Amino acid sequence: MSVLIDKFDVFAGGFWLTLQICVLAGTGALALGAVMAVLRISPLPPLRAVGTAYVTIFRNVPLTVVMFFAAFGLPALGSNANFLRIPVLDSVFSRLGTDLPYFRFAVIALALYTAAFVCEALRSGVNAVPPGQAEAARSLGMTFTQNLRHVVLPQSWKAAAVPLGSVIIAMIKNSALAGFFGVVGDLAQSADQLTSAEGYPFVPVAIGISIGYLIMTVPLGLLLDRMERRQAVAR
Amino acid sequence: MKTELSVLYDAPGPRQKKITWIGSILTLVALLAAAYVLVYRPLDAKGQFSMELWGPYVAPANENFDQLWDRLGFGLRQTLAAAVLAILSSLIFGTLLAVLRVQLRSVVRRTYTGFNLPVAYLLRGLSWTLSAVTRFCVEVFRGLPVVITIFFVGRGFPEFGISLEILWYLVIGLTIYNGVVIAEILRSGMEGLPGGQREAAEALGLSPLQTTRMILLPQSFRIMLPALISQIVVILKDTSLGFIISYEDTLNIAKQIIGVLDNPIQTYVVIGTIFIGVNYSLSKLAQYVQHRLARGRRTSPTRTGAAGTELETEAVAGTTT
Repeated sequence: MSVLIDKFDVFAGGFWLTLQICVLAGTGALALGAVMAVLRISPLPPLRAVGTAYVTIFRNVPLTVVMFFAAFGLPALGSNANFLRIPVLDSVFSRLGTDLPYFRFAVIALALYTAAFVCEALRSGVNAVPPGQAEAARSLGMTFTQNLRHVVLPQSWKAAAVPLGSVIIAMIKNSALAGFFGVVGDLAQSADQLTSAEGYPFVPVAIGISIGYLIMTVPLGLLLDRMERRQAVAR
Repeated sequence: MKTELSVLYDAPGPRQKKITWIGSILTLVALLAAAYVLVYRPLDAKGQFSMELWGPYVAPANENFDQLWDRLGFGLRQTLAAAVLAILSSLIFGTLLAVLRVQLRSVVRRTYTGFNLPVAYLLRGLSWTLSAVTRFCVEVFRGLPVVITIFFVGRGFPEFGISLEILWYLVIGLTIYNGVVIAEILRSGMEGLPGGQREAAEALGLSPLQTTRMILLPQSFRIMLPALISQIVVILKDTSLGFIISYEDTLNIAKQIIGVLDNPIQTYVVIGTIFIGVNYSLSKLAQYVQHRLARGRRTSPTRTGAAGTELETEAVAGTTT
Protein backbone atom coordinates (compact mmCIF):
# COMPACT_ATOMS: atom_id res chain seq x y z
CA MET A 1 0.00 0.00 0.00
CA SER A 2 3.01 2.27 0.46
CA VAL A 3 2.89 3.23 -3.21
CA LEU A 4 -0.21 5.30 -2.47
CA ILE A 5 1.80 7.48 -0.09
CA ASP A 6 5.20 7.35 -1.84
CA LYS A 7 3.79 8.22 -5.19
CA PHE A 8 1.02 10.50 -4.04
CA ASP A 9 2.36 13.30 -6.24
CA VAL A 10 1.99 11.05 -9.30
CA PHE A 11 -1.65 10.31 -8.47
CA ALA A 12 -2.36 13.96 -7.69
CA GLY A 13 -0.63 15.09 -10.86
CA GLY A 14 -2.56 12.57 -12.90
CA PHE A 15 -5.80 13.72 -11.33
CA TRP A 16 -4.96 17.36 -12.11
CA LEU A 17 -4.05 16.59 -15.73
CA THR A 18 -7.22 14.54 -16.27
CA LEU A 19 -9.19 17.42 -14.78
CA GLN A 20 -7.48 19.85 -17.19
CA ILE A 21 -8.39 17.70 -20.19
CA CYS A 22 -11.98 17.51 -18.95
CA VAL A 23 -12.33 21.26 -18.36
CA LEU A 24 -10.87 22.19 -21.76
CA ALA A 25 -12.71 19.51 -23.73
CA GLY A 26 -15.90 20.17 -21.80
CA THR A 27 -15.81 23.88 -22.63
CA GLY A 28 -15.13 23.14 -26.27
CA ALA A 29 -17.84 20.50 -26.43
CA LEU A 30 -20.46 22.75 -24.82
CA ALA A 31 -19.69 25.59 -27.23
CA LEU A 32 -19.59 23.39 -30.33
CA GLY A 33 -22.60 21.38 -29.18
CA ALA A 34 -24.61 24.57 -28.68
CA VAL A 35 -23.70 25.72 -32.20
CA MET A 36 -24.75 22.34 -33.60
CA ALA A 37 -28.01 22.42 -31.66
CA VAL A 38 -28.78 25.85 -33.10
CA LEU A 39 -27.99 24.50 -36.58
CA ARG A 40 -30.30 21.55 -36.02
CA ILE A 41 -33.29 23.71 -35.15
CA SER A 42 -32.53 26.47 -37.68
CA PRO A 43 -35.11 27.28 -40.37
CA LEU A 44 -32.75 26.59 -43.29
CA PRO A 45 -32.64 22.94 -44.46
CA PRO A 46 -28.92 22.90 -45.49
CA LEU A 47 -27.87 24.08 -42.02
CA ARG A 48 -30.10 21.46 -40.45
CA ALA A 49 -28.46 18.84 -42.66
CA VAL A 50 -25.01 19.91 -41.46
CA GLY A 51 -26.09 19.58 -37.83
CA THR A 52 -27.72 16.21 -38.42
CA ALA A 53 -24.72 14.88 -40.34
CA TYR A 54 -22.35 15.96 -37.58
CA VAL A 55 -24.40 14.29 -34.88
CA THR A 56 -24.90 11.10 -36.90
CA ILE A 57 -21.21 10.78 -37.65
CA PHE A 58 -19.85 11.43 -34.18
CA ARG A 59 -22.50 9.48 -32.32
CA ASN A 60 -21.84 6.35 -34.32
CA VAL A 61 -18.07 6.37 -34.49
CA PRO A 62 -16.18 5.00 -31.48
CA LEU A 63 -14.17 7.63 -29.64
CA THR A 64 -11.15 5.42 -30.27
CA VAL A 65 -11.42 6.05 -34.01
CA VAL A 66 -11.73 9.80 -33.45
CA MET A 67 -8.67 9.71 -31.18
CA PHE A 68 -6.69 7.69 -33.72
CA PHE A 69 -7.71 10.12 -36.43
CA ALA A 70 -6.55 13.06 -34.34
CA ALA A 71 -3.29 11.41 -33.29
CA PHE A 72 -2.28 10.03 -36.70
CA GLY A 73 -4.43 11.87 -39.23
CA LEU A 74 -3.71 15.44 -38.14
CA PRO A 75 0.10 15.04 -38.28
CA ALA A 76 -0.30 13.52 -41.75
CA LEU A 77 -2.06 16.75 -42.72
CA GLY A 78 0.87 18.68 -41.29
CA SER A 79 -1.12 20.12 -38.40
CA ASN A 80 0.08 20.17 -34.83
CA ALA A 81 -3.08 21.92 -33.62
CA ASN A 82 -1.03 24.98 -32.83
CA PHE A 83 -4.12 27.16 -32.81
CA LEU A 84 -4.77 25.81 -29.32
CA ARG A 85 -1.61 27.45 -28.00
CA ILE A 86 -3.67 30.33 -26.66
CA PRO A 87 -1.32 32.81 -24.94
CA VAL A 88 -2.99 33.31 -21.53
CA LEU A 89 -4.62 29.91 -21.29
CA ASP A 90 -1.40 27.99 -21.76
CA SER A 91 0.05 29.49 -18.58
CA VAL A 92 -2.79 27.86 -16.63
CA PHE A 93 -3.02 24.67 -18.68
CA SER A 94 0.72 24.27 -19.25
CA ARG A 95 0.30 21.26 -21.55
CA LEU A 96 -1.41 23.39 -24.18
CA GLY A 97 1.84 25.13 -25.05
CA THR A 98 4.21 22.15 -25.20
CA ASP A 99 5.89 20.99 -28.39
CA LEU A 100 4.37 17.52 -28.09
CA PRO A 101 0.92 17.90 -29.64
CA TYR A 102 -0.83 14.89 -28.06
CA PHE A 103 -2.51 16.81 -25.27
CA ARG A 104 -4.01 19.20 -27.81
CA PHE A 105 -5.04 16.29 -30.06
CA ALA A 106 -6.75 14.56 -27.15
CA VAL A 107 -8.65 17.72 -26.22
CA ILE A 108 -9.76 18.21 -29.83
CA ALA A 109 -10.90 14.60 -30.26
CA LEU A 110 -12.76 14.56 -26.95
CA ALA A 111 -14.46 17.90 -27.64
CA LEU A 112 -15.53 16.88 -31.16
CA TYR A 113 -16.91 13.58 -29.93
CA THR A 114 -18.72 14.98 -26.89
CA ALA A 115 -20.21 17.91 -28.84
CA ALA A 116 -22.53 15.51 -30.69
CA PHE A 117 -24.00 14.29 -27.40
CA VAL A 118 -24.21 17.82 -25.99
CA CYS A 119 -26.18 18.79 -29.08
CA GLU A 120 -28.60 15.92 -28.55
CA ALA A 121 -29.04 16.78 -24.87
CA LEU A 122 -29.78 20.43 -25.67
CA ARG A 123 -32.18 19.44 -28.41
CA SER A 124 -34.05 17.04 -26.15
CA GLY A 125 -34.38 19.98 -23.75
CA VAL A 126 -35.92 22.15 -26.46
CA ASN A 127 -38.25 19.31 -27.41
CA ALA A 128 -39.37 18.94 -23.80
CA VAL A 129 -40.81 22.47 -23.71
CA PRO A 130 -44.59 22.14 -24.11
CA PRO A 131 -45.65 23.21 -27.64
CA GLY A 132 -48.20 25.62 -26.20
CA GLN A 133 -45.42 27.83 -24.87
CA ALA A 134 -43.89 28.51 -28.26
CA GLU A 135 -47.31 28.80 -29.84
CA ALA A 136 -48.37 31.37 -27.26
CA ALA A 137 -45.15 33.32 -27.88
CA ARG A 138 -45.77 33.27 -31.63
CA SER A 139 -49.34 34.41 -31.22
CA LEU A 140 -48.02 37.36 -29.19
CA GLY A 141 -46.10 38.30 -32.33
CA MET A 142 -42.61 37.32 -31.15
CA THR A 143 -40.04 36.61 -33.82
CA PHE A 144 -38.08 33.35 -34.04
CA THR A 145 -35.09 34.70 -32.08
CA GLN A 146 -37.25 36.40 -29.45
CA ASN A 147 -39.21 33.21 -29.10
CA LEU A 148 -36.05 31.18 -28.53
CA ARG A 149 -34.42 33.74 -26.25
CA HIS A 150 -37.27 34.67 -23.96
CA VAL A 151 -39.55 31.65 -23.99
CA VAL A 152 -38.12 28.38 -25.23
CA LEU A 153 -34.45 28.37 -24.17
CA PRO A 154 -34.97 29.50 -20.54
CA GLN A 155 -37.37 26.60 -20.07
CA SER A 156 -35.31 24.07 -21.99
CA TRP A 157 -32.35 24.41 -19.59
CA LYS A 158 -34.38 22.68 -16.91
CA ALA A 159 -35.06 19.61 -19.01
CA ALA A 160 -31.58 19.60 -20.54
CA ALA A 161 -29.65 19.79 -17.26
CA VAL A 162 -29.82 16.10 -16.34
CA PRO A 163 -28.93 14.71 -19.81
CA LEU A 164 -26.15 17.30 -20.07
CA GLY A 165 -24.81 16.16 -16.71
CA SER A 166 -24.68 12.54 -17.82
CA VAL A 167 -22.93 13.62 -21.01
CA ILE A 168 -20.30 15.38 -18.90
CA ILE A 169 -19.86 12.32 -16.66
CA ALA A 170 -19.41 10.15 -19.74
CA MET A 171 -16.84 12.63 -21.04
CA ILE A 172 -14.84 12.46 -17.81
CA LYS A 173 -14.77 8.69 -18.15
CA ASN A 174 -13.90 8.87 -21.84
CA SER A 175 -10.97 11.16 -21.06
CA ALA A 176 -9.18 8.08 -19.70
CA LEU A 177 -8.56 7.10 -23.31
CA ALA A 178 -6.23 10.08 -23.76
CA GLY A 179 -3.61 8.34 -21.64
CA PHE A 180 -3.31 5.64 -24.29
CA PHE A 181 -2.73 8.20 -27.03
CA GLY A 182 0.50 9.76 -25.90
CA VAL A 183 -0.73 12.12 -23.19
CA VAL A 184 1.92 11.43 -20.56
CA GLY A 185 0.99 11.68 -16.91
CA ASP A 186 -2.81 11.56 -16.76
CA LEU A 187 -4.50 9.07 -14.42
CA ALA A 188 -4.79 6.24 -16.95
CA GLN A 189 -1.23 6.56 -18.20
CA SER A 190 0.06 6.77 -14.60
CA ALA A 191 -1.55 3.38 -13.94
CA ASP A 192 0.36 1.90 -16.86
CA GLN A 193 3.59 3.67 -15.93
CA LEU A 194 3.53 2.69 -12.25
CA THR A 195 2.63 -0.97 -12.76
CA SER A 196 4.59 -1.94 -15.85
CA ALA A 197 7.58 0.39 -16.01
CA GLU A 198 8.24 1.04 -12.32
CA GLY A 199 7.08 -2.36 -11.10
CA TYR A 200 4.80 -1.32 -8.27
CA PRO A 201 2.26 -3.90 -7.07
CA PHE A 202 -0.93 -3.85 -9.08
CA VAL A 203 -3.71 -3.70 -6.50
CA PRO A 204 -2.75 -0.50 -4.62
CA VAL A 205 -2.15 1.35 -7.88
CA ALA A 206 -5.53 0.20 -9.19
CA ILE A 207 -7.19 1.41 -5.99
CA GLY A 208 -5.47 4.79 -6.22
CA ILE A 209 -6.42 5.31 -9.86
CA SER A 210 -9.99 4.19 -9.21
CA ILE A 211 -10.33 6.67 -6.35
CA GLY A 212 -9.07 9.39 -8.67
CA TYR A 213 -11.85 8.76 -11.17
CA LEU A 214 -14.55 8.05 -8.61
CA ILE A 215 -13.89 11.43 -6.94
CA MET A 216 -14.89 13.05 -10.20
CA THR A 217 -17.76 10.83 -11.33
CA VAL A 218 -19.65 9.61 -8.24
CA PRO A 219 -20.54 12.98 -6.64
CA LEU A 220 -21.69 14.30 -10.00
CA GLY A 221 -23.80 11.17 -10.49
CA LEU A 222 -25.41 11.51 -7.06
CA LEU A 223 -26.13 15.18 -7.74
CA LEU A 224 -27.83 14.24 -11.01
CA ASP A 225 -29.91 11.53 -9.31
CA ARG A 226 -31.12 14.13 -6.82
CA MET A 227 -31.97 16.64 -9.54
CA GLU A 228 -33.81 13.95 -11.46
CA ARG A 229 -35.86 12.96 -8.43
CA ARG A 230 -36.78 16.57 -7.69
CA GLN A 231 -37.80 17.12 -11.28
CA ALA A 232 -39.92 13.97 -11.24
CA VAL A 233 -41.85 15.43 -8.31
CA ALA A 234 -42.19 18.80 -10.02
CA ARG A 235 -43.65 17.11 -13.06
CA MET B 1 -38.75 16.61 -36.84
CA LYS B 2 -41.92 17.99 -38.39
CA THR B 3 -43.77 18.54 -35.13
CA GLU B 4 -40.74 20.04 -33.45
CA LEU B 5 -40.30 22.60 -36.22
CA SER B 6 -43.93 23.60 -36.33
CA VAL B 7 -43.61 24.52 -32.66
CA LEU B 8 -40.98 27.15 -33.30
CA TYR B 9 -42.20 28.59 -36.60
CA ASP B 10 -45.47 29.58 -38.15
CA ALA B 11 -46.50 27.51 -41.13
CA PRO B 12 -44.61 29.36 -43.91
CA GLY B 13 -46.63 31.51 -46.30
CA PRO B 14 -45.69 32.12 -49.95
CA ARG B 15 -43.25 34.94 -49.09
CA GLN B 16 -41.62 32.98 -46.27
CA LYS B 17 -41.30 29.94 -48.54
CA LYS B 18 -39.52 32.05 -51.14
CA ILE B 19 -37.15 33.46 -48.50
CA THR B 20 -36.42 29.96 -47.21
CA TRP B 21 -35.67 28.71 -50.72
CA ILE B 22 -33.31 31.58 -51.53
CA GLY B 23 -31.68 31.33 -48.12
CA SER B 24 -31.20 27.58 -48.55
CA ILE B 25 -29.55 27.96 -51.93
CA LEU B 26 -27.27 30.73 -50.66
CA THR B 27 -26.18 28.73 -47.59
CA LEU B 28 -25.69 25.64 -49.72
CA VAL B 29 -23.37 27.58 -52.03
CA ALA B 30 -21.54 29.07 -49.03
CA LEU B 31 -21.17 25.63 -47.42
CA LEU B 32 -19.85 24.06 -50.61
CA ALA B 33 -17.39 26.93 -51.06
CA ALA B 34 -16.24 26.57 -47.46
CA ALA B 35 -15.85 22.81 -47.88
CA TYR B 36 -13.81 23.36 -51.05
CA VAL B 37 -11.50 25.96 -49.51
CA LEU B 38 -11.16 24.49 -46.02
CA VAL B 39 -11.28 20.75 -46.71
CA TYR B 40 -10.71 19.83 -50.33
CA ARG B 41 -7.86 22.22 -51.19
CA PRO B 42 -5.64 21.44 -48.16
CA LEU B 43 -6.23 17.70 -48.63
CA ASP B 44 -5.49 17.95 -52.32
CA ALA B 45 -2.36 19.99 -51.67
CA LYS B 46 -1.10 17.19 -49.43
CA GLY B 47 -1.93 14.66 -52.13
CA GLN B 48 -4.48 12.88 -49.98
CA PHE B 49 -6.72 12.07 -52.93
CA SER B 50 -4.02 10.23 -54.84
CA MET B 51 -4.75 6.71 -56.03
CA GLU B 52 -1.58 5.57 -54.31
CA LEU B 53 -3.24 6.12 -50.94
CA TRP B 54 -6.83 5.22 -51.82
CA GLY B 55 -6.05 2.43 -54.26
CA PRO B 56 -5.66 -0.40 -51.76
CA TYR B 57 -9.19 0.30 -50.51
CA VAL B 58 -11.17 1.01 -53.66
CA ALA B 59 -9.42 -0.47 -56.68
CA PRO B 60 -9.69 -4.26 -56.96
CA ALA B 61 -6.81 -4.14 -59.45
CA ASN B 62 -4.45 -2.82 -56.79
CA GLU B 63 -1.87 -5.35 -55.65
CA ASN B 64 -2.72 -4.81 -51.97
CA PHE B 65 -6.50 -4.86 -52.36
CA ASP B 66 -7.17 -8.55 -51.65
CA GLN B 67 -4.72 -8.90 -48.83
CA LEU B 68 -5.87 -5.67 -47.21
CA TRP B 69 -9.57 -6.53 -47.20
CA ASP B 70 -8.64 -10.00 -46.05
CA ARG B 71 -6.92 -8.53 -43.00
CA LEU B 72 -9.68 -5.97 -42.42
CA GLY B 73 -12.30 -8.70 -42.64
CA PHE B 74 -10.36 -10.67 -40.06
CA GLY B 75 -10.28 -7.61 -37.80
CA LEU B 76 -13.99 -7.00 -38.26
CA ARG B 77 -14.77 -10.62 -37.42
CA GLN B 78 -12.64 -10.34 -34.30
CA THR B 79 -14.44 -7.12 -33.30
CA LEU B 80 -17.84 -8.68 -33.92
CA ALA B 81 -16.93 -11.84 -32.02
CA ALA B 82 -15.88 -9.82 -28.98
CA ALA B 83 -18.94 -7.57 -29.31
CA VAL B 84 -21.43 -10.46 -29.53
CA LEU B 85 -19.86 -12.27 -26.58
CA ALA B 86 -19.76 -9.04 -24.55
CA ILE B 87 -23.37 -8.16 -25.41
CA LEU B 88 -24.67 -11.61 -24.46
CA SER B 89 -22.73 -11.84 -21.23
CA SER B 90 -23.59 -8.25 -20.24
CA LEU B 91 -27.28 -8.93 -20.78
CA ILE B 92 -27.16 -12.11 -18.70
CA PHE B 93 -25.01 -10.58 -15.97
CA GLY B 94 -27.08 -7.39 -15.95
CA THR B 95 -30.37 -9.25 -15.65
CA LEU B 96 -29.07 -11.40 -12.80
CA LEU B 97 -27.69 -8.36 -11.00
CA ALA B 98 -30.94 -6.43 -11.42
CA VAL B 99 -32.97 -9.36 -10.06
CA LEU B 100 -30.55 -9.74 -7.18
CA ARG B 101 -30.78 -6.06 -6.26
CA VAL B 102 -34.56 -5.97 -6.44
CA GLN B 103 -34.76 -9.16 -4.35
CA LEU B 104 -32.36 -7.78 -1.76
CA ARG B 105 -34.45 -4.65 -1.52
CA SER B 106 -37.54 -6.62 -0.61
CA VAL B 107 -35.55 -8.91 1.71
CA VAL B 108 -34.14 -5.92 3.61
CA ARG B 109 -37.64 -4.76 4.47
CA ARG B 110 -38.56 -8.13 5.99
CA THR B 111 -38.64 -8.26 9.78
CA TYR B 112 -38.44 -12.08 10.23
CA THR B 113 -41.13 -12.15 12.90
CA GLY B 114 -41.26 -15.94 13.01
CA PHE B 115 -37.66 -16.31 14.25
CA ASN B 116 -36.29 -15.64 17.72
CA LEU B 117 -34.65 -12.28 18.19
CA PRO B 118 -30.88 -12.89 17.61
CA VAL B 119 -31.50 -14.91 14.45
CA ALA B 120 -33.83 -12.25 13.11
CA TYR B 121 -31.24 -9.54 13.75
CA LEU B 122 -28.54 -11.67 12.15
CA LEU B 123 -30.62 -12.26 9.04
CA ARG B 124 -31.50 -8.59 8.76
CA GLY B 125 -27.87 -7.58 9.22
CA LEU B 126 -26.79 -10.09 6.60
CA SER B 127 -29.29 -8.95 4.01
CA TRP B 128 -28.50 -5.30 4.73
CA THR B 129 -24.76 -5.96 4.27
CA LEU B 130 -25.34 -7.82 1.00
CA SER B 131 -27.49 -5.02 -0.27
CA ALA B 132 -24.89 -2.42 0.69
CA VAL B 133 -22.09 -4.42 -0.95
CA THR B 134 -23.94 -4.78 -4.25
CA ARG B 135 -24.86 -1.08 -4.19
CA PHE B 136 -21.19 -0.18 -3.58
CA CYS B 137 -19.98 -2.41 -6.43
CA VAL B 138 -22.54 -0.92 -8.79
CA GLU B 139 -21.54 2.65 -7.93
CA VAL B 140 -17.83 1.88 -8.27
CA PHE B 141 -18.01 0.09 -11.61
CA ARG B 142 -20.48 2.57 -13.01
CA GLY B 143 -18.15 5.41 -12.06
CA LEU B 144 -14.97 3.89 -13.47
CA PRO B 145 -14.10 4.47 -17.14
CA VAL B 146 -14.57 1.28 -19.13
CA VAL B 147 -11.05 1.78 -20.52
CA ILE B 148 -9.70 1.54 -17.01
CA THR B 149 -11.82 -1.54 -16.24
CA ILE B 150 -10.55 -3.33 -19.35
CA PHE B 151 -7.01 -2.27 -18.55
CA PHE B 152 -7.32 -3.51 -14.96
CA VAL B 153 -8.73 -6.84 -16.12
CA GLY B 154 -6.03 -7.24 -18.76
CA ARG B 155 -3.26 -6.34 -16.34
CA GLY B 156 -4.73 -7.67 -13.10
CA PHE B 157 -5.88 -11.16 -14.07
CA PRO B 158 -2.41 -12.38 -15.09
CA GLU B 159 -1.12 -10.88 -11.84
CA PHE B 160 -3.41 -13.21 -9.90
CA GLY B 161 -2.38 -16.16 -12.03
CA ILE B 162 -5.47 -16.29 -14.22
CA SER B 163 -4.33 -16.33 -17.80
CA LEU B 164 -6.89 -16.39 -20.57
CA GLU B 165 -6.92 -15.44 -24.21
CA ILE B 166 -6.89 -11.68 -24.72
CA LEU B 167 -10.42 -11.90 -26.14
CA TRP B 168 -11.73 -12.94 -22.73
CA TYR B 169 -10.05 -10.05 -20.92
CA LEU B 170 -11.83 -7.69 -23.26
CA VAL B 171 -15.15 -9.49 -22.88
CA ILE B 172 -14.87 -9.58 -19.09
CA GLY B 173 -13.90 -5.91 -18.89
CA LEU B 174 -16.81 -4.88 -21.10
CA THR B 175 -19.19 -7.16 -19.21
CA ILE B 176 -18.34 -5.72 -15.81
CA TYR B 177 -19.05 -2.16 -16.89
CA ASN B 178 -21.97 -2.69 -19.25
CA GLY B 179 -23.56 -5.40 -17.11
CA VAL B 180 -23.77 -2.93 -14.25
CA VAL B 181 -25.25 -0.27 -16.51
CA ILE B 182 -27.81 -2.71 -17.93
CA ALA B 183 -28.69 -3.83 -14.41
CA GLU B 184 -29.39 -0.22 -13.47
CA ILE B 185 -31.53 0.26 -16.60
CA LEU B 186 -33.59 -2.84 -15.82
CA ARG B 187 -33.87 -1.97 -12.15
CA SER B 188 -35.13 1.52 -12.85
CA GLY B 189 -37.59 -0.05 -15.29
CA MET B 190 -38.87 -2.41 -12.59
CA GLU B 191 -39.13 0.35 -10.03
CA GLY B 192 -40.91 2.59 -12.49
CA LEU B 193 -43.73 0.08 -12.90
CA PRO B 194 -47.01 0.90 -11.18
CA GLY B 195 -47.08 -0.55 -7.67
CA GLY B 196 -50.29 -2.40 -8.47
CA GLN B 197 -48.36 -4.88 -10.62
CA ARG B 198 -46.34 -6.18 -7.69
CA GLU B 199 -49.28 -6.04 -5.31
CA ALA B 200 -51.49 -7.99 -7.68
CA ALA B 201 -48.79 -10.61 -8.15
CA GLU B 202 -48.34 -10.95 -4.40
CA ALA B 203 -52.10 -11.16 -3.89
CA LEU B 204 -52.14 -14.09 -6.32
CA GLY B 205 -49.70 -15.83 -4.01
CA LEU B 206 -46.55 -15.57 -6.13
CA SER B 207 -43.29 -15.58 -4.19
CA PRO B 208 -41.06 -12.47 -4.46
CA LEU B 209 -38.75 -14.23 -6.91
CA GLN B 210 -41.70 -15.36 -9.03
CA THR B 211 -43.09 -11.83 -8.95
CA THR B 212 -39.82 -10.43 -10.27
CA ARG B 213 -39.27 -13.16 -12.82
CA MET B 214 -42.77 -13.44 -14.23
CA ILE B 215 -44.30 -9.98 -13.73
CA LEU B 216 -41.72 -7.23 -13.26
CA LEU B 217 -38.76 -8.33 -15.39
CA PRO B 218 -40.64 -8.96 -18.67
CA GLN B 219 -42.36 -5.57 -18.44
CA SER B 220 -39.11 -3.86 -17.54
CA PHE B 221 -37.43 -5.38 -20.62
CA ARG B 222 -40.29 -4.13 -22.73
CA ILE B 223 -40.26 -0.56 -21.43
CA MET B 224 -36.49 -0.29 -21.42
CA LEU B 225 -35.87 -1.90 -24.80
CA PRO B 226 -34.78 1.36 -26.52
CA ALA B 227 -32.33 2.13 -23.71
CA LEU B 228 -31.06 -1.45 -23.86
CA ILE B 229 -30.48 -1.22 -27.60
CA SER B 230 -28.56 2.03 -27.26
CA GLN B 231 -26.46 0.36 -24.58
CA ILE B 232 -25.79 -2.46 -27.07
CA VAL B 233 -24.58 0.16 -29.55
CA VAL B 234 -22.30 1.42 -26.77
CA ILE B 235 -20.89 -2.08 -26.24
CA LEU B 236 -20.21 -2.43 -29.96
CA LYS B 237 -18.42 0.93 -29.96
CA ASP B 238 -16.48 0.10 -26.81
CA THR B 239 -15.21 -3.15 -28.32
CA SER B 240 -12.78 -0.95 -30.23
CA LEU B 241 -11.00 -0.35 -26.90
CA GLY B 242 -9.50 -3.82 -27.29
CA PHE B 243 -6.42 -2.23 -28.79
CA ILE B 244 -5.20 -1.10 -25.35
CA ILE B 245 -4.67 -4.72 -24.33
CA SER B 246 -3.46 -5.53 -27.89
CA TYR B 247 -6.49 -7.51 -28.97
CA GLU B 248 -6.33 -8.00 -32.75
CA ASP B 249 -9.49 -6.06 -33.59
CA THR B 250 -10.30 -3.75 -36.48
CA LEU B 251 -8.32 -0.84 -35.08
CA ASN B 252 -5.24 -2.91 -34.38
CA ILE B 253 -5.34 -4.24 -37.94
CA ALA B 254 -5.77 -0.65 -39.13
CA LYS B 255 -2.66 0.35 -37.24
CA GLN B 256 -0.73 -2.46 -38.95
CA ILE B 257 -2.07 -1.37 -42.34
CA ILE B 258 -1.01 2.22 -41.70
CA GLY B 259 2.41 0.99 -40.65
CA VAL B 260 2.86 -0.56 -44.10
CA LEU B 261 0.95 1.74 -46.45
CA ASP B 262 1.25 5.01 -44.51
CA ASN B 263 -2.30 6.20 -45.29
CA PRO B 264 -3.85 7.06 -41.90
CA ILE B 265 -6.56 9.39 -43.20
CA GLN B 266 -7.91 6.97 -45.79
CA THR B 267 -7.80 4.04 -43.36
CA TYR B 268 -9.71 5.83 -40.62
CA VAL B 269 -12.24 7.21 -43.08
CA VAL B 270 -12.96 3.66 -44.28
CA ILE B 271 -13.15 2.23 -40.78
CA GLY B 272 -15.24 5.14 -39.54
CA THR B 273 -17.69 4.53 -42.38
CA ILE B 274 -18.00 0.86 -41.47
CA PHE B 275 -18.68 1.68 -37.83
CA ILE B 276 -21.20 4.36 -38.77
CA GLY B 277 -23.04 1.93 -41.03
CA VAL B 278 -23.39 -0.75 -38.38
CA ASN B 279 -24.20 1.54 -35.46
CA TYR B 280 -26.56 3.76 -37.41
CA SER B 281 -28.67 0.80 -38.45
CA LEU B 282 -28.75 -0.40 -34.84
CA SER B 283 -29.88 3.06 -33.67
CA LYS B 284 -32.56 3.10 -36.36
CA LEU B 285 -33.72 -0.28 -35.06
CA ALA B 286 -33.94 1.24 -31.59
CA GLN B 287 -36.09 4.10 -32.92
CA TYR B 288 -38.34 1.67 -34.76
CA VAL B 289 -38.78 -0.42 -31.62
CA GLN B 290 -39.57 2.68 -29.57
CA HIS B 291 -42.14 3.69 -32.15
CA ARG B 292 -43.75 0.26 -32.10
CA LEU B 293 -43.86 0.22 -28.32
CA ALA B 294 -45.41 3.67 -28.16
CA ARG B 295 -48.13 2.43 -30.48
CA GLY B 296 -48.76 -0.68 -28.42
CA ARG B 297 -49.30 1.28 -25.21
CA ARG B 298 -51.96 3.61 -26.48
CA THR B 299 -54.43 2.49 -23.80
CA SER B 300 -52.86 4.68 -21.12
CA PRO B 301 -51.92 7.90 -22.90
CA THR B 302 -50.81 9.99 -19.92
CA ARG B 303 -48.40 7.46 -18.52
CA THR B 304 -46.94 6.64 -21.92
CA GLY B 305 -46.18 10.32 -22.36
CA ALA B 306 -44.28 10.49 -19.10
CA ALA B 307 -42.43 7.25 -19.81
CA GLY B 308 -41.58 8.53 -23.28
CA THR B 309 -39.70 11.61 -22.07
CA GLU B 310 -37.94 9.54 -19.47
CA LEU B 311 -36.84 7.07 -22.11
CA GLU B 312 -35.48 9.84 -24.24
CA THR B 313 -33.23 11.08 -21.44
CA GLU B 314 -32.21 7.50 -20.71
CA ALA B 315 -31.35 6.94 -24.34
CA VAL B 316 -29.30 10.14 -24.49
CA ALA B 317 -27.53 9.19 -21.29
CA GLY B 318 -27.02 5.63 -22.47
CA THR B 319 -25.37 6.32 -25.78
CA THR B 320 -22.72 8.56 -24.37
CA THR B 321 -20.20 6.27 -22.83
